[in-house]
Amino acid sequence: MAEATLATKAGELADKAGELSAGLADLAREAAMTTMAGGGEHLGTSPLVIGLTVLVLAVFVGYHVVWSVTPALHSPLMGVTNAISSVIIVGGLIAALSGGSAVSDVMGFLAITLASVNIFGGFLVTHRMLSMFKKKKR
Amino acid sequence: MSVNLAALLYLVASVCFILALKGLSHPETSRRGNFFGMAGMAIAVGTTLALAPTFDTNLLIVLAGIVVGGSIGTFIAIRVQMTALPQLVAAFHSLVGLAAVFVAVAAFYNPSAYGIGMPGEIRLNSLIEMSVGVAIGAVTFTGSIIAFAKLQGIMSGKPIVYPLQHWINLALGITAVMMVVWLCSSESSIAFWLIVLIALALGTLMIIPIGGADMPVVISMLNSYSGWAAAGIGFTLENNLLIIAGSLVGSSGAILSYIMCKGMNRSFFSVILGGFGGETAAAGGDAGDKTYNQGSAEDAAFLMRNSEKVIIVPGYGMAVAQAQHALREMAELLKEDGVEVVYAIHPVAGRMPGHMNVLLAEANVPYDEVFEMDEINRDFASTDVAFVIGANDVTNPVAKTDKTSSIYGMPVLNVDEAQNILFVKRSMGSGYAGIDNPLFYMDKTRMLLSDAKKMCEDIVKALEQ
Repeated sequence: MAEATLATKAGELADKAGELSAGLADLAREAAMTTMAGGGEHLGTSPLVIGLTVLVLAVFVGYHVVWSVTPALHSPLMGVTNAISSVIIVGGLIAALSGGSAVSDVMGFLAITLASVNIFGGFLVTHRMLSMFKKKKR
Repeated sequence: MSVNLAALLYLVASVCFILALKGLSHPETSRRGNFFGMAGMAIAVGTTLALAPTFDTNLLIVLAGIVVGGSIGTFIAIRVQMTALPQLVAAFHSLVGLAAVFVAVAAFYNPSAYGIGMPGEIRLNSLIEMSVGVAIGAVTFTGSIIAFAKLQGIMSGKPIVYPLQHWINLALGITAVMMVVWLCSSESSIAFWLIVLIALALGTLMIIPIGGADMPVVISMLNSYSGWAAAGIGFTLENNLLIIAGSLVGSSGAILSYIMCKGMNRSFFSVILGGFGGETAAAGGDAGDKTYNQGSAEDAAFLMRNSEKVIIVPGYGMAVAQAQHALREMAELLKEDGVEVVYAIHPVAGRMPGHMNVLLAEANVPYDEVFEMDEINRDFASTDVAFVIGANDVTNPVAKTDKTSSIYGMPVLNVDEAQNILFVKRSMGSGYAGIDNPLFYMDKTRMLLSDAKKMCEDIVKALEQ
């Protein structure tokens, strides 16, 4: 009898512990959300190291992909990379949408505008170039 | 949207960017590749918008920016002449650089938006990353402005040399590093703005001494810088998408610079450091007393019509004269007479990598008639006529034989091996490098001294008779 109640109590306790840990996880997630990515203090590898890992791997991918580009298309390659590097617009979007700071709003707006010129201009001019490359009519 | 989902969508966008570059391995797949690039960008922007904590008036700022910038970009892209591509690309690079500076300023004054601390209490590694990002961005900005001005002809295209340039650049570089240390220890906004100013000055001073034939390298180099600026900002924002996209662009630009340097037999570092662009060796003094054969459009038409194979060697001079359409017409007429006509492109023909291919494509020259130097150089020996139009130094055989020449070692097209050479040239002057070309005085060479466009039109007329 006593053993049975003990067992149920233990079960309840375990459930509560589970709920608590889930709550903790939620809290942790929220904390991570609010600070976007908690920085070097959180558990595991620092973002700098992760970033460096990504950088080095991406450079290798870029190296191999770009060498396979045919020399005839080197101008369109510059056009498209130009547009791709304007992904920096993401930084401007975050700045403009964060609110609460006039500097951030203005800088965000300027960055978004400049990057948009590049995105639209870069992809379009690349498209114009590429649509000129035609095969021999046979 | 959860942060993890956003990170996964950013990954999808990164893969799209890689596929965009991969598509360029062949003209057939290239258009699909470009659409992958657009899709990647749309995903990146959409994800960032969905991730935003607030959806109020600030969304209007975003929309205004995209509409204003997008319209300007679209207008420019539709209107630009293909001959003006190099300056357009340089102008676009400058915008990426400036955008990077603006993002870094936003991060410095409003760090909590990016989760890298509070104003006055920004984390140390974020400060370092921010300084690197803002510095590369500022260098890219002013460097590209100078490159634009040189290509557009606002500024002299010649390299401008000033005393102690390397020492000044070195001093500026060291000062910038000291400012980074100051910024990290005090988080002073003065230090931050000094870094920006020094980098702006450095970008200007680095590109001013480079010019002339080195311009293709400069554009590729700035292409690379714009990528590294995005990657640098990616570190500040702890955003892998920016790091991946930036690295792709950075390595792409670096590879293009390497190819351009190899095409001119110049060392990568001598160009990247700037200041060595102006080797204009004066070696064309004895040009006056040599004899050359001058030919007419009729001679050229007769010679080419009775050949089996003609290789056309176009250079930037052809683009300046806008002769590509007349040239293509000439080639069409020859092909109707049963002559095999192909084009040979030197890696540094034009003002940016692959420029000549685009110009020929614009004139409706099929891309499978256009060959790179390595593919075609062996065929010159079995060619009846090499038709050189607007090119000079890239055909100069002294690069193969004369060790004292300033272009010795530069890979050249083997025009000298062809049975006959037709050389379209405005006058008997020397080329960019200021070196005399022995091809002019060969018995098998006919000099067609005229404007490139006019000469092509005259040959067309002669062929039509």
